[in-house]
Amino acid sequence: MSDPRPAPLLVLRGIGKSFLGVRVLDGVDLDVAPGEVHAVVGENGAGKSTLMKIVSGGYAPDEGSIELAGEPRAFRGPRDAQRAGVGIIHQEFNLLPERTVAENVYLGHEPVRRGLVDRREMLRRTDDLLASIGETALPADARVGRLGVAQQQVVEIAKALALDARLLIMDEPTASLADHEVELLYGLMRRLQERGIGLLYVSHRLAEVFDLSGRITVLKDGRRVTTVDTADTTADELVRHMVGRELSSYYPDRAGPDDRGPVRLTVRGGGNKKLRGVDLELRAGEVLGVGGLQGAGRSALARAIFGAAPFTTGELTIDGTPIRPRSPRAAMRAGVAYVTEDRKGEGIVARQSVLDNALLASRAVFAARSGRAARTVRVRELLAAVEVRAVDDDQEIRFLSGGNQQKVVLARWLALNPRILLFDEPTRGIDVGAKSAIHDLVRRLAREGAAVLMISSDLPELLGMSDRIVVLRDGRVAGELPAGATEEDVVALAVGTVREAAQ
Amino acid sequence: MQTVQRAPMPLRILRSRAGGVLPILAILAVLLVLVAVRQPDFLAPPSLLSFLGRSAPIILLAAGQYFVIVSGEFDLSVGSLVTAQVVVAARLIDSDPSRTWPVVAVLLVGGAFVGLVNGLVTTRLRVPSFITTLGMFLILVGAVYLWSDGAPKGGLSEEFRRFGRRAFEDVPVLGRVPYALVVLLVVAALAVLLMRSDFGRTLVAVGDNPRTAELSGVPVWRTRTIAFVLSGLAAAVAAILLGGYSGVSFQAGAGLEFGAITAVVLGGVALGGGRGSVVGAMLGALTLELLFTLMNFYGVSGALRSTVQGAIILIAVAVSGLRFSSR
Repeated sequence: MSDPRPAPLLVLRGIGKSFLGVRVLDGVDLDVAPGEVHAVVGENGAGKSTLMKIVSGGYAPDEGSIELAGEPRAFRGPRDAQRAGVGIIHQEFNLLPERTVAENVYLGHEPVRRGLVDRREMLRRTDDLLASIGETALPADARVGRLGVAQQQVVEIAKALALDARLLIMDEPTASLADHEVELLYGLMRRLQERGIGLLYVSHRLAEVFDLSGRITVLKDGRRVTTVDTADTTADELVRHMVGRELSSYYPDRAGPDDRGPVRLTVRGGGNKKLRGVDLELRAGEVLGVGGLQGAGRSALARAIFGAAPFTTGELTIDGTPIRPRSPRAAMRAGVAYVTEDRKGEGIVARQSVLDNALLASRAVFAARSGRAARTVRVRELLAAVEVRAVDDDQEIRFLSGGNQQKVVLARWLALNPRILLFDEPTRGIDVGAKSAIHDLVRRLAREGAAVLMISSDLPELLGMSDRIVVLRDGRVAGELPAGATEEDVVALAVGTVREAAQ
Repeated sequence: MQTVQRAPMPLRILRSRAGGVLPILAILAVLLVLVAVRQPDFLAPPSLLSFLGRSAPIILLAAGQYFVIVSGEFDLSVGSLVTAQVVVAARLIDSDPSRTWPVVAVLLVGGAFVGLVNGLVTTRLRVPSFITTLGMFLILVGAVYLWSDGAPKGGLSEEFRRFGRRAFEDVPVLGRVPYALVVLLVVAALAVLLMRSDFGRTLVAVGDNPRTAELSGVPVWRTRTIAFVLSGLAAAVAAILLGGYSGVSFQAGAGLEFGAITAVVLGGVALGGGRGSVVGAMLGALTLELLFTLMNFYGVSGALRSTVQGAIILIAVAVSGLRFSSR
């Protein structure tokens, strides 16, 4: 590990990127040597994906330079990057299931003889290629759709190698693999290393990072915190690098011991495609924070309770009564509300008025008992109470700021007097002022007796708002933390450096 | 805290217009002026009212099509549904006046049923409505030919035909008011009321963003299915009026589905759903009919009808696309 490194394959200097005025990457330096596995770690939103997209030609950087094998490069797109020798293996594969391995590997650059695809040559080359990375068990003429996930991944890698990739980016390559398949991937990665291919390895899973990488770069809030030799660091040190912001904003007071009411919601052994054996208890008057990495099952949990993607196993009770909500309607009738993470995609009806948006759920589920006029008056009051700022309530909601849109969505749910509120990233993409207004509102609802579950990737928010925090990892509850936990505690549970499971 | 947000000026103008009826009213006014220049008599109450009566079927179909389009779907089956209804009515009535009302009921139930099938196949079996209703279109054409052995049989009773061709005579000031116009006004009023109801607002929301609607508790599939049923009902009423007005033939409803879709788009309703009013859709149909009348007055060949329709649909969709994306 400590021998002098050869000339670097990839050199990034001062990479910066902004989206809509938000700085996502700022002055990031990074280099990868041939035959090196360089891991990139960081919290959700640290800028890992953006950086990988820049290296693989998906985005052009606003600032900084990319050098590949000593030559400065400005990729015009992913194909350009591929031609230059940069391959990327996404979490979601890019394969044609109805075609053979060989056809996938040589898609778009099939060997040609006399104007026709030379199938025999294609199969032969694919066999050679697979043999060269030690994958002799994979037949080149197998249909890709029949292969397992691990083998499909091999096809993806072979596809990149067929384009003479010198640098391979792997984005969470183990996310969909079983344990023994991970071992196989490790072996394959070592063989790629031996061929002198540089690997950029993005992962949430610190255990793997330590198993595989030679160096680790930590990103936080779009900046490079540090790059360390893997041999010289520990998981705890990495976690400290990944978090550690100062708490800058104020949060409303937490619930006191007397504020907690009876148990409103319980989940016992809840499972479905994305969740396994989740146990959970939610009391009236408390804000239960849900932490974890992207894809750990946080939204899946809220959606399961809300009936949008129901539990297939386990049981759910609301106020002691067993219930199996099969649709959002059913959950709403039981007093559950869900504020979705994707406000634009599934939170608002963009071209309808503020008022129509606020009335949507009431109109859909409950006939107006006290008359339509009274209901409208009440919703108008709610819109005023949450301080929506709009020209008038006839204005189309798409013209409002994100924060105001979110307030309208909140008013929509408050109109139903829900007893259980599920918030999924309630302040994502919202300006600071509206953010603290929403924090206050969430706390007020809890104080008035609602049971609140709040998912947040914003660690200061999660720590500042929650009375308890449940951390999910890989669809399971990794552990529970009391109020006053630190960012390190949450991240450690989320990435799995500690195994103090509280199941 | 921030100050009250105001959209910049151009956006606000756009907002007052987008999906509103102002543009179509302007077009209608221009056409009326052109008509008045060429044929001033046309605007006198008797001929104007009879024009409105003649236009009632396409306006009704436009209203029915509106429900489906605003919810994000299409209904291509209405033209052949009208044909089927007229042919079926003729055979069932077989010139026997006493069968008039039962057959009217059969047509309404039949129209609703066809809409129900369209709706369920689209929402439950997840067949794109474009394909569902195209399939229904072909099924109905074939079924009607088969059922009538290639030539319409029987005949409509005079009782039945009066909806489409008779009128209240000697009405003060107006003179002759066609029954069809009265039917149109009643249905139009119901449509407007429906769109102001919870169902109507929810229907538009479904067309705007079905994901949001679903997560807000809207039974999306049921809502869309009802829209198809309404379109089928509208086709039944249109068939009753058309059968009375122009009689029984396999061409009774030919091309009406495109007429209705053109009208709806012309009336400022966004394809894909979520924007536009039922009044706009009906005004669109009226405008289209007036345009054809005008072409007639100016001696433009009737053969150009479908070309004009096609051009309108392309222009209207392109314009609305530009308007909505240039924000």
